[in-house]
Amino acid sequence: MGLAIAFWIMAVVAVVAALGVVFLRNVFRAALSLVLCFLTVAGLYVTLSADFLAAVQILVYVGAISVLIILAVMMTREVQQGSPANRLKLPVFIVAVVILGIMVYTVMKTNWQVSAEAPLAPTTIPLANKLFSENGFVLPVEIAAVLLLAAILGAIVIAREK
Amino acid sequence: MTNIGLEHYLVLASVLFCIGLYGALTKRNAVIILMSIELMLNSVNISLVAFSSYIVPLLLTGQVFAIFVMVVAAAEVAVGLAIVLAIFRGLADIDANNINLMKW
Repeated sequence: MGLAIAFWIMAVVAVVAALGVVFLRNVFRAALSLVLCFLTVAGLYVTLSADFLAAVQILVYVGAISVLIILAVMMTREVQQGSPANRLKLPVFIVAVVILGIMVYTVMKTNWQVSAEAPLAPTTIPLANKLFSENGFVLPVEIAAVLLLAAILGAIVIAREK
Repeated sequence: MTNIGLEHYLVLASVLFCIGLYGALTKRNAVIILMSIELMLNSVNISLVAFSSYIVPLLLTGQVFAIFVMVVAAAEVAVGLAIVLAIFRGLADIDANNINLMKW
């Protein structure tokens, strides 16, 4: 019961915050709304008993990515007056609603093979075993490290003053 | 209402994805477009974690995938914002309608 209440609060706040990101006129407020959405997603991870991912969500998204986005908003402050929409507003709205309808219909019609077992409670140790064990995801972890290094170097090179 | 199942999370993820899609396709401010893409990646993460904890609760593969999505999202937003700042330095504008130097 408590889980259901938590889910509904998180879901409503997440959707309202996401709508705020898209529809708020002020770009800085849209960025703050995005931070709120990230926080509620972390709460949703907690209701799914994914505790490690909730912590990572807070550290990476709320801590790092939102700071980057707010920095970019502030550095490009002089030019932007609000966030106007382009002229594709109505077609894109129709496309988004149609895609949403298709996805909801598919989700409702599919007979999900839900497992009866309770999810693992502290996920940090099983996740580490999964990521770093011999027959786990060691190679993708290494590739992810290289990708992050390349992204850092690329960001520095692109954003550097000539 | 009181029993939360897999469908609830999937529908919520679909709603967030479509809001992000609408924002990414209609907005003219490049930073807002990047924010909408982050919304879409987050909604995908929600559905991955929901699948992981409802369908294979003992395997955690969905959570591992969500971690990799986060890595790629962090790399994407860093490079994307660097590109936005470089364009802003050159054109003094981040309106996606006016950034058409590479348009044929």
